[in-house]
Amino acid sequence: MKVPVSIQINGRLYESEVEPRKLLVHFIRDLDNLTGTKVGCDTSQCGACTVLLDGVAVKSCTCLAVQADGAEVTTIEGLAQNGELHPLQEAFWNKHGLQCGFCTPGMIFASHELLRTNPDPTDEEIRHGLEGNLCRCTGYQNIVRSVREAADIMNADTQDGGEG
Amino acid sequence: MFAPRFGYHRVSSVAEAGALLREHPGAKLLAGGHSLIPVLKLRLAEPPALIDIGRLAELKGISVEGEAVRIGALTTHAELAASADLEEHAPALAEAAGMIGDPAVRNRGTIGGNVAHADPASDLPTVLLALDASFEIVGADGERTVAAADFFQGMMATALGDDDLLTAVVLPARPPGQGQAYAKFAHPASRYAVIGVAATLEVNDGVCSAAAVAAGGLVPVPTRAPSVEQALVGEPAAGDAIATAASQIGTDLGDDLIGDLFASAEYRKAVAGVYVQQALATAAERIG
Repeated sequence: MKVPVSIQINGRLYESEVEPRKLLVHFIRDLDNLTGTKVGCDTSQCGACTVLLDGVAVKSCTCLAVQADGAEVTTIEGLAQNGELHPLQEAFWNKHGLQCGFCTPGMIFASHELLRTNPDPTDEEIRHGLEGNLCRCTGYQNIVRSVREAADIMNADTQDGGEG
Repeated sequence: MFAPRFGYHRVSSVAEAGALLREHPGAKLLAGGHSLIPVLKLRLAEPPALIDIGRLAELKGISVEGEAVRIGALTTHAELAASADLEEHAPALAEAAGMIGDPAVRNRGTIGGNVAHADPASDLPTVLLALDASFEIVGADGERTVAAADFFQGMMATALGDDDLLTAVVLPARPPGQGQAYAKFAHPASRYAVIGVAATLEVNDGVCSAAAVAAGGLVPVPTRAPSVEQALVGEPAAGDAIATAASQIGTDLGDDLIGDLFASAEYRKAVAGVYVQQALATAAERIG
């Protein structure tokens, strides 16, 4: 039994019939080759599959595509606007917040969630905010520095009245 | 990992969910899916159908009604942790909800799904037992209310029958002057509780007049700690008296302690008292 779903990903509407057991992460990756979102542990522990679902960070390996029917999803491919990297992407680049890059899309959305709920976190709060995301390369130091820089950039933009 | 195949029904009312539960024996209710989807992926269950109640607005939100706090079954852990009403009336529940998993997990997981799953390493059942919560259930024969002490019956076993739907959790609002706390030893990977202890304390004229302590993660079903509670009442809610009372926890845990590769039963039993002491000391500090 397949079920019709329509899910907006990065501003584009995808309509498809899916098996109810299909995970959101596979819907994202399979339908239009949006493979920036990764499957890591597949048990909601590593966070590599983190995306925004209606603006809120979720682990897409623990969400069925049918649960996201009618929702808006943002993946790493949709975070840059008008050819300009999001401040988080820019900061991860500047501060070397990645090595192999596998965890990076999830790290960026976990960081996005943190800054949405706490725009000026301490380093300890950054580490807490990222505790659902695992990186096997960096030792986390540069990831924390990246989030710190992104927060500073985004707060400066807000104070300037900019759009970020 | 792929779940086994199942049918899927999205419902728009509690009544519709009930009718489908009766129509599809063995069907499971789907809320946030953060307990159920992992179970399906590991093929620990193969329900013929999932009934998706996740969009029922009537099951969402927190309200304070007189001396009671009513929490809709679909309220997420993130909403519990950020609730000003819970911060005032049931702070230990907000505290524990904020320690579940990680932020993305808390955005999806719900209180109803959590307690219906009744994982022994879960946080909320322990707190709800200490706070004397009750559970509102709609079944084939109508509505009923079950106390926390009767709701949690065993490892992943509750008072919910096959046709039952949990609609809300109801808590007595914190009385003035009561301190509450939840202390947790989190598994470093899963963030589940290796040990979780919830405590409430009330003090009159410098001595403890009432205490509630519940422990989870240690035994197949969260348990109250009557030996600890009785040792506290009539004593000063501080220092040595708390340490002495906390040391009684072994008596209340019995012999059926959980042990695994991460923490043996002996280890859990030895360390449990530390977390009981921590929860009680924090609750005592918070008496306003």
